[in-house]
Amino acid sequence: MSAHTDISTGPLEYRTQEGRMNILGFWIFLGAEVVLFSTLFATYAVLFGRTADAPVPADLFEMPMVLIMTFLLLTSSFTCGIAIHHMRRGSLKGLFVWLGITLALGLGFLGFEIYEFVHYAHEGASLPSSAFWSAFFVLTGTHGLHVLLGISWAVLILIQLRQRGLTPVTSRKVFIVGLYWHFLDVIWIFIFTSVYLIGMVV
Amino acid sequence: MSELTKRIPKQHVVGFVGSIILTVAAAWAAVGSDLPTPWIITSIMVLAVIQAFIQLFMFMHMTETESGGIQAGNMLYGFFVAVVIVAGSIWTMSFGYTHDHGGGSDNDNETEEHEHMDH
Repeated sequence: MSAHTDISTGPLEYRTQEGRMNILGFWIFLGAEVVLFSTLFATYAVLFGRTADAPVPADLFEMPMVLIMTFLLLTSSFTCGIAIHHMRRGSLKGLFVWLGITLALGLGFLGFEIYEFVHYAHEGASLPSSAFWSAFFVLTGTHGLHVLLGISWAVLILIQLRQRGLTPVTSRKVFIVGLYWHFLDVIWIFIFTSVYLIGMVV
Repeated sequence: MSELTKRIPKQHVVGFVGSIILTVAAAWAAVGSDLPTPWIITSIMVLAVIQAFIQLFMFMHMTETESGGIQAGNMLYGFFVAVVIVAGSIWTMSFGYTHDHGGGSDNDNETEEHEHMDH
């Protein structure tokens, strides 16, 4: 893809210099987010097993629950990609429908995560229970907050889309919130693997 | 750009199906297989990295436009720093911290802590 064809015939979000720079800037932000989460993963890994008198993860982690959360977020990442695809085809209705499905799945994920946290707290594992559970709740909680932020952000952009329609500016905003949403699933893949799966194995 | 005429782009469907297979394979490796634990951990981490790349390339189109190289390089650098932070932290904290803080005698812990302070 050469720069010229992109500007004249490519997706709306890349038509202006400002749009292209915003998207590049957002990628750089995502790189920083990877590093931010890595510090939480490192803390979690170092404190793994320091459960003190609180329950151990293998007793609380349940595969069906974790798989439901994983598939909710994975599917929402897929539908978000379809939403961006519809935006690039110029279909505002398709964008609304698929982004709406994405947000519904995201809310489902959050619901399960809140249920999970409450359930763990009842079983005697909450933020102050032990070093391990502190690290667990900070890591998964930070991800959960990102999901909540992503949902709120996307809702605001949907309102703007309704008011202004598809323009180079609104397309760029939708594309960037889409990148953010996919990124949340990238982080979740590593939480699913290194927190839940390893927690069930070790 | 013939992909744009389709309602659902093939690349996204392939990525989605691939992610589901990788997720199920990782879950099976963790609880259904008889592999030794280090092998399980290594294999599921590899599956996670593959799935992350599916997201970045097939869903997020990381390499599209003329700044694709910068974007990919930036993300790879981010992942490199992440690996250094996580592996480095585990490695650093693996010296002299093998005892269990949760149980055991208080006396042991105290002597351990004094030793660490000296360093």
